[in-house]
Amino acid sequence: MFVPAIPLHRRVVMSAGLCLALLVVASLAIGVEEISLSSTARSVPLADLLSISRLPRTLAAVLCGAGLAVAGQILQTLTRNRFVEPSTAGTAQSAALGILIVTLFLPAAGLGMKALVASICALAGTALFLSTAHRLPPEQPHLVPLFGMVYGGVVGAAVTYVAWQNDLLQYLDIWTNGEFSGVLRGRYELLFVAVVIVAVAMLIAERLTIMALGEAQATSLGIDYRRMTQIGLVLVSVMSALSVVVVGLIPFVGLVVPNLVSRLSGDNLRGTLPLTALGGAILVLASDIAGRIIRFPYEIPVGTVMGVIGPAVFLWFVLQERRDA
Amino acid sequence: MIEIKSVSLVREGQRVLDSIDLLLPRGGLTALVGPNGAGKSTLLSLAARLLPLQDGSVTIDGLPVESTPGKLLAKKIAILRQDSGPPPRVSVRDMVGFGRFPHSGGRMTAQDRTMVEEALARFELEALANRSLDRLSGGQRQRVMVAMTYCQDTDYILLDEPLNNLDMYHARQLMLELRRLVDETGRTIVIVLHDINHASASADRIIAMKNGMIAADGTPETVMRTEVLEAIYGFRVPVIETNGMRLALQYASCAP
Amino acid sequence: MRDRIVIALLLGLALTTMAAFMGVNLRGNIALALELRGIRLAALVTVAIAIALSTVTFQTITGNRILTPSIMGLDALYQFGQAALVFGLGGLGYVSLSPLLKFGAETAALMLLAMIILRPALKSQMDLTRMLLAGVIIGALFRSMTSLIARLIDPQEFAVAQRAMVANFSSPMIDLLLIAVLVTVIAGGFLLSRRHLLDIAALGRDTAIGLGVTWNRTVMIHLLVVSLLVAVSTALVGPVTFLGLLVTALAERLTVSRRHDTLFAVAILLGVIVLVGGQTLLQHGLGQASTLSVVVDFIGGLVFILLLFARRIR
Repeated sequence: MFVPAIPLHRRVVMSAGLCLALLVVASLAIGVEEISLSSTARSVPLADLLSISRLPRTLAAVLCGAGLAVAGQILQTLTRNRFVEPSTAGTAQSAALGILIVTLFLPAAGLGMKALVASICALAGTALFLSTAHRLPPEQPHLVPLFGMVYGGVVGAAVTYVAWQNDLLQYLDIWTNGEFSGVLRGRYELLFVAVVIVAVAMLIAERLTIMALGEAQATSLGIDYRRMTQIGLVLVSVMSALSVVVVGLIPFVGLVVPNLVSRLSGDNLRGTLPLTALGGAILVLASDIAGRIIRFPYEIPVGTVMGVIGPAVFLWFVLQERRDA
Repeated sequence: MIEIKSVSLVREGQRVLDSIDLLLPRGGLTALVGPNGAGKSTLLSLAARLLPLQDGSVTIDGLPVESTPGKLLAKKIAILRQDSGPPPRVSVRDMVGFGRFPHSGGRMTAQDRTMVEEALARFELEALANRSLDRLSGGQRQRVMVAMTYCQDTDYILLDEPLNNLDMYHARQLMLELRRLVDETGRTIVIVLHDINHASASADRIIAMKNGMIAADGTPETVMRTEVLEAIYGFRVPVIETNGMRLALQYASCAP
Repeated sequence: MRDRIVIALLLGLALTTMAAFMGVNLRGNIALALELRGIRLAALVTVAIAIALSTVTFQTITGNRILTPSIMGLDALYQFGQAALVFGLGGLGYVSLSPLLKFGAETAALMLLAMIILRPALKSQMDLTRMLLAGVIIGALFRSMTSLIARLIDPQEFAVAQRAMVANFSSPMIDLLLIAVLVTVIAGGFLLSRRHLLDIAALGRDTAIGLGVTWNRTVMIHLLVVSLLVAVSTALVGPVTFLGLLVTALAERLTVSRRHDTLFAVAILLGVIVLVGGQTLLQHGLGQASTLSVVVDFIGGLVFILLLFARRIR
């Protein structure tokens, strides 16, 4: 199979970029408040509508999607398992636990404080997942995602219990089911950290690819495996925590996108990470737009849409994966 | 020179290595042989800082492995271990190129690229260069990994059972290639082998391990003897000499 | 002998928790309180029996001790059927249906879907960890599809339907109690009468076929019975993912015999102790009664993880 890898890859990236551009335009245009240049009798001026609501919403979806897809890719590298991502590794649920703790003990805290505590909790939860997952027998790769999903469920149950005891159940849905309809100017800017996270991931892409070969090989090539693992954990935790704090949990982005990209363009992250980020942005933005259209004028949260798309694609991956792989 | 001083290792209450002392001077092809569980792979991993030292010390050209920066060591010593992980979807050329990482830090120069092409040619991988690793057979993948280790361009190369999965032809090719590397470029290669006849044919020195200790150490002429092999493996292995080479006939005792 | 002692002890414990459930903190109109509590106790015991029987049977026909109907997504499937029905009929149409008819339709839908989805998976002899993973994903998929449907329905109508749909441990679906008890008794009697067959099925597909069991038919029939029992428990109190695993894992460790009469008895008693005892504790000790399913899922999830690590996967 002598496939000239680069040109195909470039074509894919270009079409993905075009696709994202179209979706951005669509996202700016679609909503309850109609946009048409001719109408003069509008309740909200066009410029305000765009700058206060539509643009922030679109940007938030793009940032979350790109960041979460890259976070999923990093987590898969650290676990050496394709079927792992922040919502199936306890990361997102631990972040929700962090928000819950802030809400309980520092009710007046702002978004920044919430993001900080959520990140710390997500880091602790993911570190526990990672160190435990490494003890599972490597010849049974399905055990890792299985453990991760149940572990996420256990942390989620703990969060639900605490929320229940403290009459915070109505907030729980906000954190555990991602939604962009509440995104307004001034309430989403934290998400720009995703740009930094994606950039750092691209800087260390070569190292991450080598780490996917295993600790021994990576160490032999002069990579400080432990420190890189710590950096990776921080990137994953901060990204997941930010998205949970600002818009709520969006599951399976980090699983679906990296797996599709790997099938299309392979695992050499230096080449593929930009595509992963683009793909994540496309998936989340498209899901958000779909959520706006399906039941117009009501909205279906992006977390619900991804909750259906994600497991369906995941199931397909699991069932058709080659037996020998 | 690799200097191993009174290195011991206990794992789960079991003594895996028992106070090993070993000097591996620069140059030469050294084969590490011995029964399963003798501690060969563990010793190799300790020497290449893949496992933390519990007891004793290892230095490479005077640099202690536990305190020297990984990046520096990666330019001195390369190790290839058997790994059970899933093969990544990375092309053979990219994979071999990862061997340049300690030198390039990810930004490959023209010189790095030349080195990669040379490694591909040396290990007969040009035809596979654009293929993805997950589409190769186990033996092909093994050769890619050896080429990557070679590409790291270090003075010391440690190989843990690189002949695994290789057919007779490729096993011979690989041993010839390693021999050439030692003779032409003066590298130091330590290789764990199961087939003692490969060791006898290609190595300058054979070190036999048993129960975490060194059971025999010397040239093929001194180690490839019936009484020495019997002490190592626990059964009588006739040894014949042909074409100036000593060969063990371990199959002789299989016949009914 | 040891098993008899275990059963006797568990029986004593189960009766104690039931007495505590009925008796603790009785105030006011005692007769009315006893009647209300009696009805709820009956619901909880029915759920315990249905979950214990269905899980033990499911584990036997799938040949391992870690798969359970809930882990394979059966109760999520039931709720999905429920939501689909609301979607099809509209909230008001759904509420105006008789509870019996609804239960019948939802159960039939579950049995059908279980046949379509699970049987090929069981027949394909997929390796166990892959099947487990697929099951957990299917469960997640149906839970999300249920909430998607909930969002597709007009919010007002949905609120109406939700009151008729959502059940939990403190407010079980009393309308259905009679039919639930009836179904559980019939299914339980059926399984008990087939216990010797199940003992043989537990030896594995090949051995069972060698001993003259018509395997595919046996699997199909028991899968249907399992679906029926899952429908009963989910209809009464909603999904409890890990209760079945919790009681069967404990039952297996407490007993020596692998015979199904023993396993059934011990699992049922453990189920009663966990559900009734847990509910009593939460209600009177910790003040918040509605969270029992959350607590059970938390502890059961931990048990599941322990089982994964104990490599008891066969």
